Amino acid sequence: MAGRAASSGPPALETHDPVLAAFAAEVGVEDAVTVAGGRTRWDRGGPLAAGARELAAPAGIVAYTPAEMTVVVRAGTTVAELRHELGAHGQRSALPERGGTVGGAVAVGENHLDRRARGTVAVSVLQVRYVSAEGRLITGGGPTVKNVTGFDLPRLMTGSLGTLGLLCELILRTNPIPALSRWLAADGADPFAVDAALLRPSAILWDGARTWVHLEGHEPDVAADIATLGGLGSFTEVGGPPELPCHRWSLEPGRLRSLGREGLPADGLPAAPFVASVGVGTVWAAGAQPMPEPAAALAAISRQLKDNFDPTGRLNPGRRVGW
Amino acid sequence: MGADQESCTVFHRRKSRDHKRAAKSVAGPDAELLAELRGALDPARVRYDSAERSLFAHDASVFEGGLAGPVCFPTSTAEVQAVVRISGRHGRSIVPRGAGTGLAGGAIPLAAPVVVSLTRMNRILEVDRDNRVAWVEPGVINLDLSKTLRPLGFHFAPDPSSQQSCTIGGNVANNSGGPHCLAYGVTNAHVRAIEVVLASGEVVMLGGLDPEPPGYDLRGAFVGSEGTLGVATRVAVTITPNPPAVRTLLMAFDRVEAAANTVSQVIAAGIVPAAMEVMDNRITRAVENFVHAGYPTEAAAVLLAEVDGPAAGCDIDAERIATIGRAEGAVSVRLAADDTERDLLWKGRKTAFGAVAQIAPDYYLHDTVVPRSRLAEVLEKVYEIADRHGVLVMNVFHAGDGNLHPLLVFDRREPGMLDRVHAAGAEIVEASIAAGGVLSGEHGIGVEKQDFMDRFFTADDLDHQNRLRHAFDPTCRVNPGKVIPVGHSCADIQALRSVPTGVWG
Repeated sequence: MAGRAASSGPPALETHDPVLAAFAAEVGVEDAVTVAGGRTRWDRGGPLAAGARELAAPAGIVAYTPAEMTVVVRAGTTVAELRHELGAHGQRSALPERGGTVGGAVAVGENHLDRRARGTVAVSVLQVRYVSAEGRLITGGGPTVKNVTGFDLPRLMTGSLGTLGLLCELILRTNPIPALSRWLAADGADPFAVDAALLRPSAILWDGARTWVHLEGHEPDVAADIATLGGLGSFTEVGGPPELPCHRWSLEPGRLRSLGREGLPADGLPAAPFVASVGVGTVWAAGAQPMPEPAAALAAISRQLKDNFDPTGRLNPGRRVGW
Repeated sequence: MGADQESCTVFHRRKSRDHKRAAKSVAGPDAELLAELRGALDPARVRYDSAERSLFAHDASVFEGGLAGPVCFPTSTAEVQAVVRISGRHGRSIVPRGAGTGLAGGAIPLAAPVVVSLTRMNRILEVDRDNRVAWVEPGVINLDLSKTLRPLGFHFAPDPSSQQSCTIGGNVANNSGGPHCLAYGVTNAHVRAIEVVLASGEVVMLGGLDPEPPGYDLRGAFVGSEGTLGVATRVAVTITPNPPAVRTLLMAFDRVEAAANTVSQVIAAGIVPAAMEVMDNRITRAVENFVHAGYPTEAAAVLLAEVDGPAAGCDIDAERIATIGRAEGAVSVRLAADDTERDLLWKGRKTAFGAVAQIAPDYYLHDTVVPRSRLAEVLEKVYEIADRHGVLVMNVFHAGDGNLHPLLVFDRREPGMLDRVHAAGAEIVEASIAAGGVLSGEHGIGVEKQDFMDRFFTADDLDHQNRLRHAFDPTCRVNPGKVIPVGHSCADIQALRSVPTGVWG
């Protein structure tokens, strides 16, 4: 390429961090290892192979700049501590508030109940630092809210259950906490009509009979939405969302209309009791979602990915991502 | 409008030519390859003439040195598969290409690959309101999609300045942004599923319409991979409801720093506007001459801030932004009275790059991101660097994201000028990295910033990026020589050496 300027000097990102280096040394290079967070989703991806050495990721909030809407946080920090620290500055993250650690939440990749307002966990992960199967500290992504510098390792690591690398530090995007938050519920209200009528609800939940709506925003906007809801059912204010059954399903949002209908084949849909996130497609149900076999070419890429990142299979052995 | 307009013109010229030109038989090293490609596709859609290959050796960047092999215009996934398989059998690389509006050289063919132009795959296949997605082919033009969706009450949120000519496939490749990505997020947040033809010729569907598809997030990894992981042939993009209300503020400042500080303060106050764009005095004057939108030409900087959503909340946020601006020293604050005025203000912003054509024949648009709190300081440095190299710089940028777009304006016929432009550009990138920033916010790495990658990542980091890429394409035959510095990938070097001797360039 004509005239392309050459670079000089060492990498600009500070890569030597004694805490992370110590974690990398602990991971080592040989035996089977796993990282335990809060164990809130310990069975996700199947049982861990026996004999894997259990480690804890480094913990602590490294840097938090509210005006940048970013936070640098070690993977072993609890989600509760992060929530508390961000909340003190009027901000929040996209991580689900269900206990456990930040690293665990990112490794599992479940989105918040209010995903429609907070965005996905994947989108919120700006930078990952993890220890590779070879015991090396790897950085992917970058510290700014917008970045297309290189391949998107943060996306790959989110939801990968620690099978490609062991997370030790993350940079997350934060967002302001809206001025007002209200949960309302009504029996018999059509959740799909609610979805069509509201511009930006934070969540619409439905158990086949009752509809819950989470509204967040400026006071007059929330008031206007509450007035709209008045035309769609007898909504009354409630303390929060209903209790959610323990299994999480992922369905195309358009299919939720078929949930709980008598006489219809329940093909690939969960049986009642369920709570569905309308407009999103997450459904909480009593039984687990059956996983179809992936297409061969897709399975081949996934296997190759695992082989490339963890050639000896020492990272979280036994756990499988999705399939 | 500058590069965008130019590629747009090129695009139309190409279209009209397509009908006139018939395939000619070619002797030489590519003869067999061509014969096979012309057996698989309508021969009129496999080009090899010098004008076509010269055109497709470039994108909207200043980079020279591209060399295109046969240029194919498939019209279906099956045809893309055929082209990829035939190219593979001949040991040739491929480079997927949209409208060629990229500014980092990502679509520039290196070492005579088969160019797969996706501009003929430009159908909007389905708008699925229940799932809030549109299924589109990769050659659909960004603005055409939003125009189609508008009467249904929706739009596609990413809105790069090149949206009149850039394609959805190109947006996926580059993880494109645009002014309104501040609140809505860049392309990755708006792509649900992608059908991809792999280097092997196999077709896979990455992601899905459901919220948390099983398996590794290969869809997320594909977006922004600059066409190196495969060829996207169908994309399911999220459609975003049009906001019922929009408020657009134009604030003028007598110091660039005050505009930058206003941006930081707005974010610090917990407001996430739909967009916050800054233009300096030089670009504001050029724009005003061009579109006559009533931009204040005496101001050192103008800040265009927009909020959208329900009307009442918009009014609250617009008022808060105006108050912050005044506290930071805004000399004037104007609220667009109606859609016409708003459209005119945005036209000014989005045609900024075209406006500079009045000043000098060439420009080089840079793209880095810095922490918002360091915008003012880095801007000052940008002016200093350009002055020192004797290059005119104008600044128009996505301030809300900290995404700088220093625009170096010059005449390449001036002896030594291009060298000075590149030297100044390199220093600007270094200054951004030094301030805690990144190499690119939305243009990508392509060939432009490859040599900076090891200033930002370690050899181990780059190795892991390669591991991701090799899982999709172990031989690096899809768009070789991009993103990762070539020295870091043996497979790339092999792919780049695959040109048969005697290929005419």
